Amino acid sequence: MKIHEYQGKEILKKFNVAVPKGKVAFSVDEAVEAAGEIGGSVWVVKAQIHAGGRGKGGGVKLARSLDEVRQHAAQILGMNLVTHQTGPEGRIVKRLLIEEGMNIAKEMYAGITLDRARSQNAVMVSTEGGVEIEKVAAETPEKILKEYVDPGVGLQQYQARKLCFGLGLTAEAFKNAVKFLSALYRAYEATDASLAEINPLVITQEGSVLALDAKMNFDDNALPRHPDIAQMRDLDEEDPLEVEASKSNLNYIKLDGNVGCMVNGAGLAMATMDIIKLAGGMPANFLDVGGGASAETVEAGFRIILKDPHVKAVLINIFGGIVRCDRVATGVVQAAKNVDVHIPIVVRLAGTNADLAADILKNSGLSFLVAEDLKDAAEKVTQAIAA
Amino acid sequence: MSILVNRRTRLVVQGITGGEGTFHTKQMLEYGTNVVAGVTPGKGGTSYQGNEKDQFPRSVPVFNTVAEAVEETGADTSVIFVPAGFAADAILEAADAGIKVIVTITEGIPAADMTKVYDYLKKRNVVMIGPNCPGIITPGECKIGIMPGFIHKPGKVGLISRSGTLTYEAVWQLTKRGIGQSTCIGIGGDPVIGTRFVDAIRLFNEDKKTEAIMMIGEIGGTAEEEAAEFVKKHVRKPVVGFIAGQTAPPGRRMGHAGAIISGGKGTAAEKIAAMKTVGIHVAESPALLGEVMERVLGKKSSRGKKKTAKSKAKSKIKKKK
Repeated sequence: MKIHEYQGKEILKKFNVAVPKGKVAFSVDEAVEAAGEIGGSVWVVKAQIHAGGRGKGGGVKLARSLDEVRQHAAQILGMNLVTHQTGPEGRIVKRLLIEEGMNIAKEMYAGITLDRARSQNAVMVSTEGGVEIEKVAAETPEKILKEYVDPGVGLQQYQARKLCFGLGLTAEAFKNAVKFLSALYRAYEATDASLAEINPLVITQEGSVLALDAKMNFDDNALPRHPDIAQMRDLDEEDPLEVEASKSNLNYIKLDGNVGCMVNGAGLAMATMDIIKLAGGMPANFLDVGGGASAETVEAGFRIILKDPHVKAVLINIFGGIVRCDRVATGVVQAAKNVDVHIPIVVRLAGTNADLAADILKNSGLSFLVAEDLKDAAEKVTQAIAA
Repeated sequence: MSILVNRRTRLVVQGITGGEGTFHTKQMLEYGTNVVAGVTPGKGGTSYQGNEKDQFPRSVPVFNTVAEAVEETGADTSVIFVPAGFAADAILEAADAGIKVIVTITEGIPAADMTKVYDYLKKRNVVMIGPNCPGIITPGECKIGIMPGFIHKPGKVGLISRSGTLTYEAVWQLTKRGIGQSTCIGIGGDPVIGTRFVDAIRLFNEDKKTEAIMMIGEIGGTAEEEAAEFVKKHVRKPVVGFIAGQTAPPGRRMGHAGAIISGGKGTAAEKIAAMKTVGIHVAESPALLGEVMERVLGKKSSRGKKKTAKSKAKSKIKKKK
């Protein structure tokens, strides 16, 4: 799960990770009020959306007076912010973070995430702050320093020191950076985060070390034990169809293509999307209806797929292992009747009682295109979109 | 032969009296798996024969702890059906009791729990399959997990996959062509898993009965690239591969917790390229898995026959001794 920058900073603060003074604002008046409360003479007005590259898109502005805070807030709130991460359609800004300005001496990078190849968390730092870390990793990998954390004992002080020496820090800044990394790791571990990325991590002229930006993602599997974090979910940042699907316990991801698909199992669902492309179409979605594929889930799946106006055909691919295909077929027929589908539906059911299932589909009075196997399904999809 | 599990495997089911545990224990018993014990804390000392919905063909003794189950029944392998919140504890309990192969079916275990478990198991040389996986089956001998048994057929292809139903699809395509399997392993779709492609491929490579290997990967992580590197260095048996998610968008988690392209890494294109470079026969479409394996096996048949003749001669010598 993703959260906003201001929420990430609220969490980090609880773990004594240094962050600039700041406040969230949902309106222009609130923004000005927040700036007044924070005090000082320079503020930063930051758009809060779940995507990076906000500065370049015009979503982050410096204000040198309360009037400027008002002007920037009015401009950014409600704007459609387009960044390289939002895609061309952009994202409407509904929340702002107002923060105190900083005397930045250096911009660096700090990040923690799971290294899958080692099955250990990796703490990474780099002197190359403020730029995309993927770019640094690709072009100058030697500029990223890494320490792997033994899951039995956690991040050790010597590891934090090693990283901070590596950054070339000295004196006050060094001490503060060691503290910062240790606190950041504690926050990452205690919240079951899957990513804690501070980019840039700033060293001020006074030697303070602060998180100027904060990106935190969390392990969905661990959310049940963090109800406080789970409730930070912002549905405005998610696709409405995906939100609706999750209410029916369906795993749905909207894509840009023209062939909808409904599959049991994530791997088979991805493979089915691939088949659609090989057949000359483009998948309109990823949809895993789970192992059971009951009439209710199939019906909910139909309703969601058909809400996408670009869908010209639907491919249902169910491998009935423990679940019997004849039951799935009955469910598909019932769901298709209830939903009143007007586009071609290719159905491929394999496994237990697949023959019975084919008969049920053929005798249903509905015009399903019944496929024998995956190859046949791909050909039938090609025909369906050509027609 | 086969890898990890066979007809001599003595299985304990952790979470045997739960809904999932009961349903799948029944299926495993019917397949012929040697289920010797069940564990449900608080129900030790009883004998369990399923519930009203799922009646076992015979009863299974239930113990409070895995240690007791091991002591009383000589269980050497465990399968875990306990809910996600308690699964890490169940895995550690099994390892502590001396179980050497642990199959974790449970989906949704937090990654932080799994990094600790992974570390613990590695230091004790315990093999774990999963979590979030369909399990492992040696066709005709031993089924541990939730896969439908009837789609499998004993034979010579070793199969490893990160998926559930896509594994069944691959197996079914093989079986329909008369190509049997030595052992099939679903290694699971999570970011932290016990047995990886490399580990399974190493075992298949050493297994005399396995003549060819099929690996089915998906987007996310670098496990397929590591496997390709291993194949290049150590494997002379033919390997057929497939990567699901060629059309998956970056940054989105495709159902499995581990199936995500992040920071431009873990794409299908990268994995396919790495596999092709080392001579793995990559099926372009998931519809062609069986066909590609059939072609590969056909090509190597002359080489294969010679090998079999040699190994037969060897086994004769051994018998004489």
